Amino acid sequence: MPRDHYLNASYGIRSWLLTTDHKRIALLYLISVTFFFFIGGIFATMIRIHLLTPAGALVTPETYNKLFTMHGVAMIFFFLIPSIPAVLGNFLIPPMIGAKDLAFPKINLLSWYIYIIGGCFVLYSFSTGGLDTGWTFYTPLSSIYSNSAVTPAVLGIFINGFSSILTGLNFIVTIHTMRAPGMTWFRLPLFAWAHYATSLVMILGTPVVAITLLLAGLERMFHLGFFNPAMGGDPILFQHLFWFYSHPAVYIMILPSMGVVSEIIPTFARKPIFGYHFIAASSIAIAVIGFLVWAHHMFVTGESTYAALAFSFLSYLVAIPSAVKVFNWTASLYKGSISWDAPMLYALGFIGLFTIGGLTGLFLACLGLDIHIHDTYFVIAHFHYIMVGGAVMGYVGGLHYWWPKITGKLYPEALSRFAAIVLFIGFNLTFFPQFILGYLGMPRRYHSYPPEFQVLNVLSTAGASVLALGYLLPMAYLTWSMRYGKVAGPNPWPATGLEWKTDSPPPTENFHVTPVVDWEPYDYRNRPDLGLVAGASLTPAHGDD
Amino acid sequence: MQSQLPLYPPEASNFAPHVDSLMVFITTISFLFASAITVAIVYFFFKFHRQQPNAVGVPIYGDMRLEYAWIIVPLILALGMFSWGAVVYVDYRHNPPDTLDIYLIGKQWMWKVQQPNGLKEINELHVPVGRNVRLTLASEDVIHDFFVPAFRVKMDVVPGHYNTMWFRPTKPGRYHFFCSQYCGTNHAIMGGWVTVMEPTDYAAWLSGSSGAEANPVAAGEKLFVERACVTCHVANGTGRAPSLNGVYGAQVLLADGTTVAADDAYIRESILEPNAKIVAGYQPLMPTFQGQLTEEQILALIAYIKSLESQPVPEKGAGIAPSARK
Repeated sequence: MPRDHYLNASYGIRSWLLTTDHKRIALLYLISVTFFFFIGGIFATMIRIHLLTPAGALVTPETYNKLFTMHGVAMIFFFLIPSIPAVLGNFLIPPMIGAKDLAFPKINLLSWYIYIIGGCFVLYSFSTGGLDTGWTFYTPLSSIYSNSAVTPAVLGIFINGFSSILTGLNFIVTIHTMRAPGMTWFRLPLFAWAHYATSLVMILGTPVVAITLLLAGLERMFHLGFFNPAMGGDPILFQHLFWFYSHPAVYIMILPSMGVVSEIIPTFARKPIFGYHFIAASSIAIAVIGFLVWAHHMFVTGESTYAALAFSFLSYLVAIPSAVKVFNWTASLYKGSISWDAPMLYALGFIGLFTIGGLTGLFLACLGLDIHIHDTYFVIAHFHYIMVGGAVMGYVGGLHYWWPKITGKLYPEALSRFAAIVLFIGFNLTFFPQFILGYLGMPRRYHSYPPEFQVLNVLSTAGASVLALGYLLPMAYLTWSMRYGKVAGPNPWPATGLEWKTDSPPPTENFHVTPVVDWEPYDYRNRPDLGLVAGASLTPAHGDD
Repeated sequence: MQSQLPLYPPEASNFAPHVDSLMVFITTISFLFASAITVAIVYFFFKFHRQQPNAVGVPIYGDMRLEYAWIIVPLILALGMFSWGAVVYVDYRHNPPDTLDIYLIGKQWMWKVQQPNGLKEINELHVPVGRNVRLTLASEDVIHDFFVPAFRVKMDVVPGHYNTMWFRPTKPGRYHFFCSQYCGTNHAIMGGWVTVMEPTDYAAWLSGSSGAEANPVAAGEKLFVERACVTCHVANGTGRAPSLNGVYGAQVLLADGTTVAADDAYIRESILEPNAKIVAGYQPLMPTFQGQLTEEQILALIAYIKSLESQPVPEKGAGIAPSARK
């Protein structure tokens, strides 16, 4: 371990709560998003137990409706959206581009406090009656009819939005202005490209959902008629505004994960990524086209046929850049020197699950098919493949990949590989049966269901217990490794990124000497500093057998 | 189908075979893609497994031909899915002529069904096989959604606004319907059964259990007088408001020079928001009935106005149209 690093630079609670070091703020986020993941996970567990029997095994209908609502709110707004950007992005973007910190360190800390204040409002809502509107807050159910604690929840999400906006702003300015000498745009790690695209969505989309939820809250508090049809409002307007953000929000969740995978694959195949420019450009394409597909959530609301045709078409277009990424990642494995370390297993697991999630999006984008599978368990399965199979798999994979950098310690190797496999299997057991349930016609958000759906629900719940193990294992051994793990050294894999050119854990200012970049991204050939066998660099490691 | 674990619900409407074919088409393409990716990854994973700890891979930066290929080929397949899906959807959203019209009102947490003769059902819907059925959907409170898996169709039921959906049942039987838009506490039990009957059975069922007291036309006529609609909407056209005889289904000329088809949604809007569309030659005098009529009362008024469709213009001064037929 280095003698001085950001973790031992100062001590005491104040040194953490008043820090402006992006790395410490990232750890504050790590703790808080893990807390919300845990809460959301407990709700999910109760949902799955409840659905073991057709009549509902555990709770009353009121409670069940609160469980899935609070599961969604906690997971989406307080875990998935901040997870990779605010934890890994916060920690890694400055060292990846050779900067000492983000452009606005104090705003970075402010954004964490805003997140915490928003989180407190939402926890207040959860603990004083709960929330039963669904995470989508559709009006007039949320604004007029619900008897639960809607107002503090929408205020909490409104406040939390500013945290997201400030983080996005910080990333954009940092990537534009603080790159080290030689770090040109096309030498940026793809992780930085993905975060740049994500930040665009955060800045442009979040204000819309913030004002939309505020309007719903105002309608509830002061009986105004924005969305309430009895007062001349339009409930469908809410859906347009809500999805204008909340569909792009899916890309806030998945793009950073794609960035993680784009880092892991070249490192563990020890070769440049295939099609760097296409992967970088596809991130931007997803962010831009992603803004133009929102009304595909509304094909059966009675929206005009012409609108439906346009949004279906655009939804098919946005699938193409995602497909381009999957093909390029796969091609990157060809003639690599592939290790079977845990981060690589997570990354490959990501590709598998994201591919299924992405392909099932084609089913839902299909107008004729959507009239059957819309609002069924097919949708639940689809977006969990994207958000859990994709985003969370990437997040956990990224934590494994950069854990030695963040903590300076290594985690138990065999156990971590085992956990990655458990997670992959558990995930598929949980969510694959839900595709079939959906096609059979089981609607989402049902606290009870006809008996013919029971077998598949039991399968799903059984899978969820395997999945839970897949999450608890890394939580346990990663925590364990902080104290007992082996010392990692600056570059254990070794990887080519700039963040690996400094100590693990890095010093407060990230680099002792400002680095100068004179190599292309993911270049293993011209990097004698990595200590790899020069002679092996041009021939496949596996030989011809 | 009868096995313990079916993969799809029964096919009982004209749309079901089309939706299932789409499903098979997209599943096949997706399966081929997913398999190709999986096989490649698994093969590379073992074939190129690192043998010496210090070895690096062969640097390959990309290949433009491959990039173009895997942009263009998926794009073509995606456009195929889009087009086929669009054809089915446009058919679904386009109501055919000569439908059997049934009204559905969703409210927390039940469905009220009104058959053409006024017969009311709760959480049950009877329809004849082989006939195009059009449902007009209204909500008394929040957004609901009427979903019949065996028919492969659903449509949101949005307060303040009529949606319509149609289907042609193809197989007699009893099929689940569900509310598939989350609507509050008892969302999950807001469902029921569609009974598809032979046309003769349906006719017998309809006449056998029909009750005159439920006749919506009579109820609408009563409302038409009680709410004083009749004072302005004089049948012979001499009142302060246009006559409603023969209005239903016709094209109405508006004050701004455009025309509008007088369907259920137009009449509903004219009752609740009279100033939204003013008929040419008349003043915007009518008060709003927003919040003063239930969805059922509005449907009754529409049924009454619809019954005036082919009535001959009555004698001057008759005021109210003669009582409804049917």
